[in-house]
Amino acid sequence: MIELDVTKSHVVHQWKADSPLIACRISPTAEQCVSTSQDNQLQRWNIADGQKVLLKGHDSWVQALTYSKTGDQLISGGCEGRLIWWAINEAEPKIIRAVEAHQGWIRGVEISTDGSMVVSVGNDRVVRLWRTDTGEKLHEWPAHERHIYSAAFHPDGKHLLTGDLMGKICVWKLDDRSLVRTLDGATLYNPNKGQNAEFGGVRSLAISPSGNEVFAAGTHKGSNPFGAVHEPLLLRFNWSDGVLAKSHVCDGIPGGLLYRVAAVNDATVTAVSGGSSGGILLFFNATQEKEFHRAGLPSLARDMDIHVGKGLVATAHFDQHLRISGLFA
Amino acid sequence: MTHRARYACGSVDHALSRRKFLGATGGTALGAAALKTGGVVATLSQGAAANAIAKHDYRVVVFNMHGGLSQLESWDPKPSTRTGGPFRAIPTSVPGIHICELLPKTAKQMHHLCLLRGVNTSEDDHGKGAYMMLTGRRQTPAAEYPQVGSVAAKMLHDEQTGLPGHIIVTPGGGGGRGNEAAYLGPKFNSIHLGGDKPPQNSNKPDTIAAEAEARRHELRRKINEQYLTQRRSAVTDAYTHSYEQALKLMERREVFDVSKESQAAQDMYGNSELGRQCLVARRLLENGVSFVQVTHSNYDTHNDNFNFHIEQVGEFDIAFATFIEDLSQRGMLEKTLVVVLSEFGRTPNINLYYGRDHWSKAWSVVMAGAKVARGAAFGQTNAEGTEVTDGQVDHGDIFHTILRAVGVDSSQSLIVDGRELPIADPAAEPIWKVLV
Repeated sequence: MIELDVTKSHVVHQWKADSPLIACRISPTAEQCVSTSQDNQLQRWNIADGQKVLLKGHDSWVQALTYSKTGDQLISGGCEGRLIWWAINEAEPKIIRAVEAHQGWIRGVEISTDGSMVVSVGNDRVVRLWRTDTGEKLHEWPAHERHIYSAAFHPDGKHLLTGDLMGKICVWKLDDRSLVRTLDGATLYNPNKGQNAEFGGVRSLAISPSGNEVFAAGTHKGSNPFGAVHEPLLLRFNWSDGVLAKSHVCDGIPGGLLYRVAAVNDATVTAVSGGSSGGILLFFNATQEKEFHRAGLPSLARDMDIHVGKGLVATAHFDQHLRISGLFA
Repeated sequence: MTHRARYACGSVDHALSRRKFLGATGGTALGAAALKTGGVVATLSQGAAANAIAKHDYRVVVFNMHGGLSQLESWDPKPSTRTGGPFRAIPTSVPGIHICELLPKTAKQMHHLCLLRGVNTSEDDHGKGAYMMLTGRRQTPAAEYPQVGSVAAKMLHDEQTGLPGHIIVTPGGGGGRGNEAAYLGPKFNSIHLGGDKPPQNSNKPDTIAAEAEARRHELRRKINEQYLTQRRSAVTDAYTHSYEQALKLMERREVFDVSKESQAAQDMYGNSELGRQCLVARRLLENGVSFVQVTHSNYDTHNDNFNFHIEQVGEFDIAFATFIEDLSQRGMLEKTLVVVLSEFGRTPNINLYYGRDHWSKAWSVVMAGAKVARGAAFGQTNAEGTEVTDGQVDHGDIFHTILRAVGVDSSQSLIVDGRELPIADPAAEPIWKVLV
């Protein structure tokens, strides 16, 4: 296990794709990273040497990715509504199966704690659960009144969380799919009446390794959503009672939006800010309202993933680069 | 430009319908004769009067997509290209014509529509672009030109309907009181409605009895007449007209009330402000209003373009497709021109925060009904939508086409204070290929 020091965050690799990047995920072994791009393709990058292999199977952008727990499969969700299972470790990754899973965009795909299930959510406002190994649909239920932006499985293996445009976060019991409670993330919803704009949403959800805290990321102060005037906002909830424990804000990021949040450990959570203020990695703890450390990235970032064991952070950038940062000296 | 009129005959009632006046006096001959006298403000030039009589049933409705609708997320998708974005193209009711998947209901009405995919207006400023699209001219300090709504009201409207000829429906009813009519005079300025609500203050307070109300207006008219014998001008006429029009409008207040429609009709248009605006628009057109502008706001999506277009275009699709189908089923589309325009389109390039910026060099306008070809796509852009490659048209051409499509000879001129002013930019011309 590498000794983490997030204050020493620095870019260790960067590789260029053929189109602006959208999303990225690091494999469980940290040997590879997959990104997606505006040309509807996926790129598999070998982290050791940057070797790239293209994956073609979607007819639209891909915003949602997750690896199976074993790392031999990648599941991608496209804006055309298609879920694709990839044999990701093959020299030329093949499609294991493709499922027309949603009407419209898939915005979130996550693997369950035990790896047996995949959840997908999107603009059709339906939560769907799938068997990881067969792609069989296990269950689906209309879950939100507005577009569902994000999902996360709780480490206890018994609960699923989903977040929507309005900032509503639903906690579902996996055994009977009942709604346990909702968390109020309404400050992440930034409607603008003058622009007749619905904006914001729970762009990303994460849960601390202990399961004691829930994090919801996005934006607030959307005084001019069309002009990208808004600021990053990270909400920290207690899992035990669903109470909002802290709203983490940031100074000097006037066009910022948190595209993804991920727990580093029980003490530290990281989020990536994109938007008109560029790309910034932010690190928060439970005691401070504002981030205790920020690391500027060379270009605007749109997604992030972390491999805690190897101390690596991957970021997908508008300038077509996938960047790998090290959280160590 | 002054609006003071020179009433040579001293007795022409400006409130009298121009059409009725021309009809009663034998049409073109006397109408033309009146022009030679310098007559009233903004009369038709020679040869136009008969044309005016023949076109009287036509209406125009403009959907003004404020902020700049993305052509790539609507009428001219470029899926799977560098500029295409995440949305796919879908087939329509016209084989070979595809539009963005955000418009599934509209796609089923494509056989009524005519896409103009080669619009190049070369103006990326909101205000200037809007001016150009609504007046058919570039903005210049030297002259103010009337907006299409004012021109339509003048050329098409029958005042006997008791309703204004030029109505703009906006969310909340904001705006208005501008000089949209320019030299046509304030009589042809718009009345702004707030969504599906009747004009403000158009109901008689219960505390005023009908008899008292009638006496008040009788007194006003007497004082007016006395004043006008010596100080008559286009402005005073406009004031008088406004009062009389307001009275008529109060009597026809129910026209603006969408609750008079069946619940099924209301449901059909969708539970949105735009849906209710469309229903109001249909009621206004049915009752003789010549020009209605519906505004859908806002599309100025420099940031998060795709999320916003999902919301906005999705709402538009339901209301617009229903409106087109409704007009068609009622037989109104034959005499109603529907236009969907913006001040410009949006950049094919996708910026760093998933936005699209202003782009006027290659974008789209849509028309339907009246004398416009059905189920057609005119003009073309290149593979990435950055340039027009065929059928290029501009705001001037579109303005001519709107007028021609409702039977107005756009090459004619109006006489204003003795000056002949072309109704549309003489440097442009109708898009003949889309007119039938």
